[in-house]
Parts: sequence; structure tokens; C-alpha cells
Amino acid sequence: MAGVHFEHVTKRFGDFTALKEFDLEIHDREFLVLVGPSGCGKSTALRMLAGLEDITEGSIYIGDRRVNGIPAKDRDIAMVFQSYALYPHMTVFDNIAFGLRLRKTPKDELTKKVKDAADTLGVDTLLDRKPGQLSGGQRQRVAVARAIVREPQVFLLDEPLSNLDAKLRVHTRAEISKLHQRLGTTFVYVTHDQTEAMTMADRIAVMNEGIIQQVGSPQELYDEPVNVFVAGFIGSPAMNFFSAKAVENGEGLRLDGDGFAVDVPQDRAEEMRAFLDREMIFGVRPENIHDKDFVPSGITAAPTTVTVDVTEPMGNEVFLHLLAGKTKLLARVDPRTTVSADDEVEVVIDMERMHIFDPESREAVRTA
Amino acid sequence: MRHVSRGPLHVAIIVICLLWMLPSVGLFVSSLRPRDVIATTGWWTSFTTPFEFTLTNYEQVVSAQGMGQSFINSLIISVPVTVFVVIVAAFAAYAFSWMDLPGGDTIFLIVVGLIVVPIQLTLIPVLQMFASSGLTGTFPAVWLAHTAYGLPFAVFLLRNFFIALPKDLLESAFLEGASHRRVFFRIVMPLSVPSLAALGIFQFLWVWNDLLVALVYLGGSRSVAPMTVTVSNLVSSFGSEWHLLTAAAFVSMLLPLAIFFALQRYFVEGILAGAVKG
Ligand SMILES: Nc1ncnc2c1ncn2[C@@H]1O[C@H](COP(=O)(O)OP(=O)(O)OP(=O)(O)O)[C@@H](O)[C@H]1O
Ligand SMILES: [Mg+2]
Repeated sequence: MAGVHFEHVTKRFGDFTALKEFDLEIHDREFLVLVGPSGCGKSTALRMLAGLEDITEGSIYIGDRRVNGIPAKDRDIAMVFQSYALYPHMTVFDNIAFGLRLRKTPKDELTKKVKDAADTLGVDTLLDRKPGQLSGGQRQRVAVARAIVREPQVFLLDEPLSNLDAKLRVHTRAEISKLHQRLGTTFVYVTHDQTEAMTMADRIAVMNEGIIQQVGSPQELYDEPVNVFVAGFIGSPAMNFFSAKAVENGEGLRLDGDGFAVDVPQDRAEEMRAFLDREMIFGVRPENIHDKDFVPSGITAAPTTVTVDVTEPMGNEVFLHLLAGKTKLLARVDPRTTVSADDEVEVVIDMERMHIFDPESREAVRTA
Repeated sequence: MRHVSRGPLHVAIIVICLLWMLPSVGLFVSSLRPRDVIATTGWWTSFTTPFEFTLTNYEQVVSAQGMGQSFINSLIISVPVTVFVVIVAAFAAYAFSWMDLPGGDTIFLIVVGLIVVPIQLTLIPVLQMFASSGLTGTFPAVWLAHTAYGLPFAVFLLRNFFIALPKDLLESAFLEGASHRRVFFRIVMPLSVPSLAALGIFQFLWVWNDLLVALVYLGGSRSVAPMTVTVSNLVSSFGSEWHLLTAAAFVSMLLPLAIFFALQRYFVEGILAGAVKG
């Protein structure tokens, strides 16, 4: 068991920079999720940690050991590949036993370890089959069993669930979390799915275009995204963004957007005077826009009038697609709502939960 | 739609197959006919006239004309060459596809470039080399020559098979602690059986059917001559002895035929191995 430390790591393929000044401290026994859109360099980071890709600049440490230049086989790391990479000509037993055999594990110990790992993953009845005779979910389990059997210091998973159907994915997500608790090993998990990241991670590192945007617990990222990218990436459905100016309006302050306006409640006005008359990016999550008949108590309510474009009842909630001038907003409101499409209605935005970003740097000026 | 177009297609394929097989069938039938009958009538008439078939041609060829010895010689030449080529090419192809060799790609290009060098160009210098080292007329001379001639294409073929193996598989093995040697023997070799077999079969057939290399480096002496050389000697010494020639030709086809039928599965798989995503 060991922590992992990326120190100013840069990776270039020719003149394309895949990772830039990558700094990340992963604690011992932590479940860290690297998340970001396709092509942002997640796999590259993982492969460098595994020793499958050279490090252009910077250092990677596993425990106290600097691993630059140390070949993959000497890093004591196990990895589950997106494709599972099971050896097609070997039985499940031989697949799981491959690494142990290389370590000259005595025969009865080997058999016991393979059986234990297979038991843990529920593939103990499949040991005599070849990978070609397994379903996708079973292959995924065998791949995980093969990785855990060696008791590595660090356990890497590169989108291990992306080949599974939605139901199996939810189920396996929980299984992997349980496995992490049981093994108490450091896990580094790569995914482009923010739901996976939110549900499994101790901490999440959000990446975009080879750069780490923010590292923190799922709740931190959700509540306090440091920039527009993280705010938009974390959370489903995604945060609403709109451009607006804070302008003086006689006795108070109002947010003037493209074709709509919100009066700013007194207790928030002071703060917003800091960027008076400047076009800013405002972000509000769908659950912070309420139907005016079902406004929870204790919020800093700012009412505004909008047109309902589409309603999507989900049973436990209703999604309202709203048009405020040219701005589109998604609201997630109480299922008892009576609004219907094309209504002109009043909704209430929770100003306390409004995120504000600088339009140039796209960094958060204020987070809820 | 598919059913409509299939009929004519099948007919065409069958016709082509028959046309291609006709000479071989004729050869086979002729080889079974007595000498004077061959000289007077065509082989197709043997089905209408009273049956006149005999095995004496074969007896004569195998014993008196030295085809038996040549058969052994052909094996002594072809089998080691095939083994050498497949093994050496597999090692080289693995290195070119999965090891970080400095300048590896350049060396590979040079090796592939050698495919276009005509054999004839090399005959005299190589022969001089063999002569000065006393190898001319011995089996090691043809082993070396055939192996060298076969390697460029073999390396090219296998390298392209190996590099198409899923990268994750090998990387996963490296991560588990496997060395290159392990990965080669435990992962790459077992997964490449069809392509290795295909290469082996082709290489064997090329060497088995080769006349030029054997004639140049071995000479015509009976004790080392492979069947191709012996058959061609038959042509020159018995210009009109059709009955012997046909039987000899058929004897020399026997082994390739046997191999083909025994390993047809690998033929088909090997040829398709690169074309169809496996
Ligand atoms: N061997 C390579 N040569 C050149 N460019 C590469 C190489 N490997 C990756 N890249 C580039 O580096 C970038 C990051 O790739 P990477 O595989 O890390 O993305 P990813 O975040 O894992 O994406 P995905 O979610 O699609 O798997 C991509 O733009 C990719 O094109
Ligand atoms: Mg990836």
C-alpha cells in the first residue's frame, strides 16, 4: 500500500502536449477518480503511473520511490484495462494465475489465492472457461480478480465499466466501492462519467485538456466549483449558465440578462456591487430554481418571470425547460407543480446558491 | 437478391476450379498409363478405351530414377529451412513490433526492402562465398541460402501480424511482471499459431518447389539433389519419356497435397488472419 504523487508531470507526444504541469497527491488507501471529457489525458496519466508511457518532464512517486524510468513490471501496480485485456487462449484460472506464476508462487498457495480472488468477484464457477465464453460483465469481473490477486500497492482502473449496460454498471459501481473498502488499497479510477466519479470517489480530480482543474471531495466540487468547466461538468443535469450584468435599479440591484431580469435580494446586493455594470457569467443548478408555489423556506429567493418550453415529469420531480428571453434554463421542481408548456410563470431562483464566474478567466468569483 | 446472384457465381467458381484442376488430373491419369499408350493417345481417351492402367511408371521412377533418394533430400532441405525461417522471423518480428529498439523502424524498412532484391542478383556472389568456404554442394549451403531468401518476407508478414495484436494484452502482461521472453512465448506465440502455420506452410512449399537455388548451390549430383532437380534431369535425359516424367511430377506433388489437406484450416485462417478483425 502506498500513496502516489505526480509532481509537475508533463507529457508530450511529438509537439502535442497531452498533460501539462500535472500535480496530484493521492493518499494511501484513497479512492481517487480522474474524470474529464474524452481525450483530456486521463488514460495518459494512468499509463504513465503504470509505466506504460514515458514521462516527458516531472516526477512520479509511488510511496517514497521515484518511479521515472522504472519498468512497468517492477512498479507493483495492477491495472484493469477498458478492454479487460484477458488472455484469450488461457482459461479464467490461468488468466488470474498469470502474475502469480511469474512470481513463482508455490502451487497450493497459488490455487488458494486464485480461488479467493475468484470468490470475491463471484467468478469461482467460471474458472475452466476461456474468456471468449464469458459475458461482458463476467469478463470485467475476471479482469478485476486478476488485478487484485497479486495484492498490488496501487490499483488502477481505466473506465472498467464503460462496456457494461446501464443496470450492470450501477451494480458493479457499488461492488467496486465495496472492494476498495475491503482491500484498503490505493485506487486510481479513470472515467469520463461524472456520476461514476461522484458515487465512488473519496476525492475527484477533474481534468480538461491535459490540465487539472480542481481536486476535492465530490461535495466540494459540487458546491464550490472553481471555474465554469468544473461547474458544468459535475452535476447532472448540468448547471445553467447565463450572462448578465448587475445594474443599479433605483432602490436595489437587479441582474439584467438577455431578455430577462432578476431583482437581487438586499442581503446579496452588497457583494455584487463589486462587479457592477460588468457582464458576468452566472451559474445556477437546476434544483435551485423553484416553482413559486413550492419554495422551500430559508432560501434567498429572487423571483423572475419565464416561459415554460417543455415539461418532463420524472415521477419524483419535474424537469422544466424554461425560456427567459433567449436564455434557456433547466429547472428541477417539485412534482406537484401545475405549470404546463407555453405557460408564462414565475419561478424563484435561490440567490444564495448562485455561482458567479469571471467571463475572461472563467474562474469563480463567488461560489455558493 | 443474394439468392439470385448466387447461382451464376457458384457455376463460375466451379468452372474455374475445374479448369485449374484439369492439368493436374491429366497428369495423374497419364502417370498411370503404360508407356506406349501415352505416346499414342491422349489421357482423356483412357476412360473410353479398355482400361489400361499400371503402377510400373511409379516403380521405375522411385527405384531406378532415384526419386526415392530425392524425396528424402527434399525433406532434408525443406524441413530445417522452414523451422529456421519461422523461428528467426518470429523473434525478429517481435523485436520490431514490441521492443523499443533504437532505429528499429529503419532496420525493419531495410529488411522489407530486401524483398525486392531479385534472387538472380545474389547467385554469383553467394556461390563464390560458398565455394571459398567449401559449402558448395552441401545441405548447409541451401539451408543458409533459403533461410536468408525467405526471411525478409517472413519478418514482414509476422511483424504485421504481431503489431496487430491488441496492445492492451501485452501491456497487461508486462504490468503483471512478465519479461519480453515470457510475453513472446506465453502470449504472442500462442495467439499467432494461425499466422505461424500459414507462414510455415508457404515457406515449406516455396523451398519444396524451388529448382533454381538447389541447382546453383547443390549442383546436380544425385546424392543431394532434391526432387525438383531430379525431375528436371528427367526432362533433359529422357526428352520423350512421358511415362516417367508424369509419374515423377506427381510424386513431387504428393507431399504438398498431403500438407494442404492436413492443414487446410490454417491455410484459410492464415490468409484471412490479417483481413478480418479477429
Ligand atoms: N501515442 C500517442 N501519440 C499521440 N497522441 C496521443 C497518444 N496517446 C494519446 N494521445 C493523445 O493524447 C490525448 C489524451 O489521450 P488519452 O488517451 O489520455 O485521453 P483520455 O482522457 O483517456 O480519453 P478517453 O476518455 O477517450 O479514453 C488525446 O488527444 C490523444 O489523441
Ligand atoms: Mg482513456
